[in-house]
Amino acid sequence: MIYRRFFNVPTYRIRSPWEELHRMRQQLDQMFDDTPSQRVSAGVYPLINLTEDKDNYYVRAELPGVKGDELDIQVTGKNLAISGERKIAAEEEGARYHRKEREAGTFSRMIGLPGEVDMDKVEAKLENGILSIVVSKAEIAKPKQISVS
Amino acid sequence: MADTQSKELKVREKQEVASPAEQTTPGLVFTPAVDIFETEKEITLLADMPGVRADDLTIDLRDNTLTLSADIAPVDSADEEEILVEYETGRYYRQFTLGELINQESIDAKLNDGVLRLSLPKVEKATPKRIAVKTG
Repeated sequence: MIYRRFFNVPTYRIRSPWEELHRMRQQLDQMFDDTPSQRVSAGVYPLINLTEDKDNYYVRAELPGVKGDELDIQVTGKNLAISGERKIAAEEEGARYHRKEREAGTFSRMIGLPGEVDMDKVEAKLENGILSIVVSKAEIAKPKQISVS
Repeated sequence: MADTQSKELKVREKQEVASPAEQTTPGLVFTPAVDIFETEKEITLLADMPGVRADDLTIDLRDNTLTLSADIAPVDSADEEEILVEYETGRYYRQFTLGELINQESIDAKLNDGVLRLSLPKVEKATPKRIAVKTG
């Protein structure tokens, strides 16, 4: 399902003697791939959830502790680039740490949206540590209701 | 801290709570990532809780057990269709046992950009006082 959405090409197959071998290799790769998660993830920070409705795409990411001005969002064609830096301020001298699980650092990610977008209608907001970007679909990408006469 | 500034952030899956206290409402529960540090005066706890509003957060301290629990507000509307799901959302829950006595009156909690900062001041120990002996 996801495959079809992202690569908008018909899935016809070219038969070749190597195809079967190639397929076997892919399956073996999958077997030894030790990612336990069932979800499709690019493994790039930040993790993203992408949803759509009739008019918009919604891109959401959890970025706790990131300020709006530390974030850089750019749209080029169908691609959305999110980059920035998460800073954790140094605490006072002599503080003894019991746990240190939160991490600081830079991040940069590119997301390809599945359809044409209207680059002028992109809105981003950062609320309670969640970034949500609303990208308007281009007119040609919007579904048209066709009435049956 | 200088070397951590340029480090590239790596993806870390949200940790689901393995066996939280009995949950009565359905849904996923996650453990927030925390920093805890201690100075002479207080213990400070920082927790990443994206999606939590101040009203939805409960901090409870009794008998040296500190409990953080938070609900999140749903972000998507019903007619949105999922295309790609890389992270799940759910409530947060985590418990800590504190070794120090805490001055309950002056606990301070702030929630900014999805990060909770909780200051737990220690109970001031009796400072040794020298008693002067008068002669007379």
